[in-house]
Amino acid sequence: MEKFEPVIVAFCCHYCAYTAADMAGSQRLPYPANVKIIRVPCSGKVDALHIIKAFEKGADGVYVAGCLEGDCHFKNGNERAARRIAYVKNYLEEIGIESERLEMVMISAGMGQRFAQTATEITEKIRALGPSPIRTATAL
Amino acid sequence: MITAERKPLEELIEFIRPYKRILLLGCNECVTVCAAGGRKEVGLLASGLQMALLKSGSNIEIRQHTLERQCDPEYVEELVPMLDGAEAIMSMACGCGVQQLAGRFRDKPVFPAVNTKFMGASERQGVWAERCQGCGNCLLGVTGGICPIARCAKQLMNGPCGGSTGGHCEISDDVDCVWQLIWDRLKALGQTERYLDIMPAKDWRPAGGSGPRKIIREDLAE
Ligand code: SF4
Ligand code: SF4
Repeated sequence: MEKFEPVIVAFCCHYCAYTAADMAGSQRLPYPANVKIIRVPCSGKVDALHIIKAFEKGADGVYVAGCLEGDCHFKNGNERAARRIAYVKNYLEEIGIESERLEMVMISAGMGQRFAQTATEITEKIRALGPSPIRTATAL
Repeated sequence: MITAERKPLEELIEFIRPYKRILLLGCNECVTVCAAGGRKEVGLLASGLQMALLKSGSNIEIRQHTLERQCDPEYVEELVPMLDGAEAIMSMACGCGVQQLAGRFRDKPVFPAVNTKFMGASERQGVWAERCQGCGNCLLGVTGGICPIARCAKQLMNGPCGGSTGGHCEISDDVDCVWQLIWDRLKALGQTERYLDIMPAKDWRPAGGSGPRKIIREDLAE
């Protein structure tokens, strides 16, 4: 079998996590190309449907990155996102997809280093988990 | 509104396992508001079913549609052209919607995707609570606008019972004693004398005790 390269979708909020990704870029901090960033106005904007569709279309892992606790530009969008992630994790288990494939992380705009590190850690975790069962089933 | 909750995926998969093509139907009314069976939930369920079945090696085509109201024949009629080729229908509407479909499309199996729960109101975002049991003879006018049929575990007409403690019902500390609520409200309204009137035993016939109920408005009925 050829080497498994996970596909990871990262929904990043415009004000914090996405800015942190920019920061990582301008600091020349490398992070895995496996992570495909989708910019959203707020992590609270990420719907259960967006996450489920990402898995259906073959993502091996998904994470939602919002501002630090208490720092959301829309007051509590990140808290809502965290609760939604917990809900979708349960649904993933029901479907038969390991819930570890979905995470919520919090990163502030200045944390380029943390952004790169999180992207690397999540990529390694998903790599260890192997391809998503949906991707495997679709390939058959 | 009528409230509902999605059934476990496992149960739903068993319903549709024999089929290759189904129509998954949402409803834009109550079940949309209580986030159980609207357009979004139809999308989530379609993807979930598709993925779960894919994992077990079967492929199914799930067509999605959401009707304005599933409990009205004129909206249900919209489905006629959509049913071509669909072997079964799964409905995310309340039990009324499901039965409307089963009555109209007699040759198609129809499955419920949600468990219909109760007539309730939203307490706050994401929380719905039972408020009415459709008893057919509303008492709210004499109980301070608070229903002892839907909200008292014993449906007492002259409460509270001896289990009422510190405002809580004896079944659980999480449940308000509705008779305490009624008393507090009557006090606030200056209508405590109402409380002294003994309410007679309730006639349960209009509540469904004499069989399925129907409303016929002669001026409207065709
Ligand atoms: S008294 Fe009857 S109709 Fe009125 S709210 Fe209670 S159950 Fe509903
Ligand atoms: S404690 Fe109150 S609500 Fe509970 S059963 Fe008794 S009267 Fe009804």
